[in-house]
Amino acid sequence: MRWIWIDKFLEFNSGESAVSLKNVTLAEEHVHDHFPGFPMMPECLMIEAMAQTAGILVGEARNFEEKVILAKIKKAVFFHYVRPGDTIILHANIESIAPEAASTAGKIMRGETLIAEISLMFSHIDNNLAGLEFPEENFVFTDMFNSLLTGFVDEKAKAGQS
Amino acid sequence: MAMSRDDIFAEVQEVLVDALGLDDDEVTAEATLMGDLGAESIDFLDIVFRLEKSFGIKMPREELFPAENVLSNPDFISGGKLTAAGLVELKEKMPHTDFTSFEADPDVNKMADLFTVDSVVNFVELKLAAS
Repeated sequence: MRWIWIDKFLEFNSGESAVSLKNVTLAEEHVHDHFPGFPMMPECLMIEAMAQTAGILVGEARNFEEKVILAKIKKAVFFHYVRPGDTIILHANIESIAPEAASTAGKIMRGETLIAEISLMFSHIDNNLAGLEFPEENFVFTDMFNSLLTGFVDEKAKAGQS
Repeated sequence: MAMSRDDIFAEVQEVLVDALGLDDDEVTAEATLMGDLGAESIDFLDIVFRLEKSFGIKMPREELFPAENVLSNPDFISGGKLTAAGLVELKEKMPHTDFTSFEADPDVNKMADLFTVDSVVNFVELKLAAS
């Protein structure tokens, strides 16, 4: 099982930008401990949610042929708490993409409120770490990730037909 | 209008401060990227991306940091040191770099010291002049 920290995509512009949505709920057990009496979404998991949004964007830009790994958090600044019941929208843009790596800039919004600014670097690991070998299959982009995108792409295709 | 060397240095300094989380005064012309400023491999890609954006130029990574290609060629390395041919190759590929002290003892382990802030400024200056 993978922990997926986004519920769906709202927009997906191949090679350029993506917008995803995450509903935060008290059914997520970890918020009971983070913190007792004051449940809030851990900021590290917001970084992971952004890494998934931006990582799928970066992976799709190369048809999921690369194994895309989060390599560096360039910036992560948080302005507000995210509490159960909140819906957050994650915006990610590709700033640069090269054979070895990609950099993305992103922000997390709750309605009109800026929650966080998160900029990341991703490594295409088969083109880095010379000498190290990785499994043939793409262990990064599992079916669960693909289903997030497939659903969205299907909807978009349908919209295009109507 | 062409940028002065001071302008280029100031811009490179800002890029390195942001990419590596440093203070302005740590980024001196002589500072080595890896030894003094703590850059790791992914940081080099980050730096290249940021320089491309700041200066509006294309920078193939292997031009700025071509050492990997030289290191992987057995003709260029012998007993942990660069051979004469290796040195010629590296100098040709890195015209932006000061080899004065490295030439005296071309130890592979000291290659990292070639990547100074000054060499990045030189590289950008050459690229801007060529564009």
